[in-house]
Amino acid sequence: MSKLLEVKKLCASYGATQVLFDVDFTLETGHITAILGANGAGKTTTLRALCQVVKTTGSVVLDGTQIVGKSTESVVRMGVAHVPDGRGTFTGLSVEENLRLGAYSRGNRAEMEQDMERMFARFPILKQRRHQQAGTLSGGEQQMLAISRALMLRPKLLLLDEPSFGLAPLIVAEIFRIMRTINKEDRVSMLLVEQNASLALDLADHAYLLETGRVALSGPSETIKNDESVRRAYLGY
Amino acid sequence: MEALLFQIFSGLANGIIYGSVALALVMIYQATHHINFAQGEMATFSTFIAWWLIQNGWPYWGAFFFTIAVSFAGGLLVQRIILKPIEKAPVMTNVIVFIGLLLIFNAFSGWFFDHTIKSFDSPFPKDSALTTKYFSAHQIGSAGVLVVVLLALFAFFKFTPVGLAMRAAAQNPDSARLVGIRVSWMLGLGWGLAAAIGAIAGMMVAPIVFLDPNMMAGILLYGFAAALLGGIDNPVGAVIGGFIVGVLENLLGAYVIGTELKLTVALVLIVATLTLKPAGLFGKKVVVRV
Repeated sequence: MSKLLEVKKLCASYGATQVLFDVDFTLETGHITAILGANGAGKTTTLRALCQVVKTTGSVVLDGTQIVGKSTESVVRMGVAHVPDGRGTFTGLSVEENLRLGAYSRGNRAEMEQDMERMFARFPILKQRRHQQAGTLSGGEQQMLAISRALMLRPKLLLLDEPSFGLAPLIVAEIFRIMRTINKEDRVSMLLVEQNASLALDLADHAYLLETGRVALSGPSETIKNDESVRRAYLGY
Repeated sequence: MEALLFQIFSGLANGIIYGSVALALVMIYQATHHINFAQGEMATFSTFIAWWLIQNGWPYWGAFFFTIAVSFAGGLLVQRIILKPIEKAPVMTNVIVFIGLLLIFNAFSGWFFDHTIKSFDSPFPKDSALTTKYFSAHQIGSAGVLVVVLLALFAFFKFTPVGLAMRAAAQNPDSARLVGIRVSWMLGLGWGLAAAIGAIAGMMVAPIVFLDPNMMAGILLYGFAAALLGGIDNPVGAVIGGFIVGVLENLLGAYVIGTELKLTVALVLIVATLTLKPAGLFGKKVVVRV
């Protein structure tokens, strides 16, 4: 297995407050990797650091290229799509315009139309809502739109920040099922941040556990799932 | 009756001018969510460039399009050099810089081209076929120019990827970066477009009011009123707002408050719009479900 992303000694801070301390991890191509942890452990910040939205030091190598110090736009153009917390939808624009923007930096119109049809096939509700203002969509629909928009980039790496947040369990199950399909069929590698540990461990191949900005534990999902301390603290049984 | 009609039509003619200024304001607002107080003075400066070119033997339309191009580049440069460093600064900082720009461009106009009042010829001569009973050829001609600009802008924002990216960058800069849009350049582009539209407005105003460094001062106020009344985020609304302001100003001036108090109409409209209907008549209310 080849390494898609290699993170070494990653530190990130908001102003004077440091949130990540020497975080090391690797992502394998084609895999789903989960980052678990409690509130404030630095999960969201890790994703933001990978996109260079926060001030970072250390080393992040994507497909052999160092991305620390690049602009967010440049990292995105290298094929890193981010579904941020709060979904990052352009609420005032239509569903279709949101999808178009997802493919904006690729600049290939024919492929974009094709991809849009594929997204509509995967999420038929979005096709019905095509010309509707995105802000009027329900939470689940907005999450589907956010994932579709990210996929319009044809990313090498998809960063997902709590895709289950605020959604009904049935909708969450649906979204996770689709994420698994996307990973299998489109071979998109994913880095998933989740509060819902059991959900994330079911989907992911590999997991890292963050505690106050440091990696506390890592391993294949099966191992992590059976770890006594993880089970007590994060799985609740 | 004849007099009333005349007042209405001349109001519509003024509305064309207010509409174009409002359009430039809306452009910057769409791109940056700021109102550029220097818009008028930048337009005046552009008009001086056109005047200077024509004085030096350029044909009118050559000077017209060249000025638009120069103004676009100028607007882009102003954003890149002066505004980019304060992109993340609070609104007040930007407002102060806008006022600074206003003074700078006003002073430059006077410095380079002196303060004497100059006449600026219309490209639509008085005796042309465009002249009708109620409208001069210049009024009809500038209305045509405004319509062309409006259609071009509409097409740009609605149908081109860059236009869509500009709207996205204005609405949600953080998300825009996450889809790979170079937000800072989009702001620059917005400034360039606004400066170009301002230049067109200036060149259409100058034949009516004569050219001097303070030419746009009063007009900018009417432009503000028009932009706010029509909805600050709606280009078509801005133009309709321009017509409404133009007609109201003329009718109230002629029959109710007298010509000296005309400018008050603009101020009252601004205050009334902001208190009663902040989104303006045609402004888009953004609906968000959480």
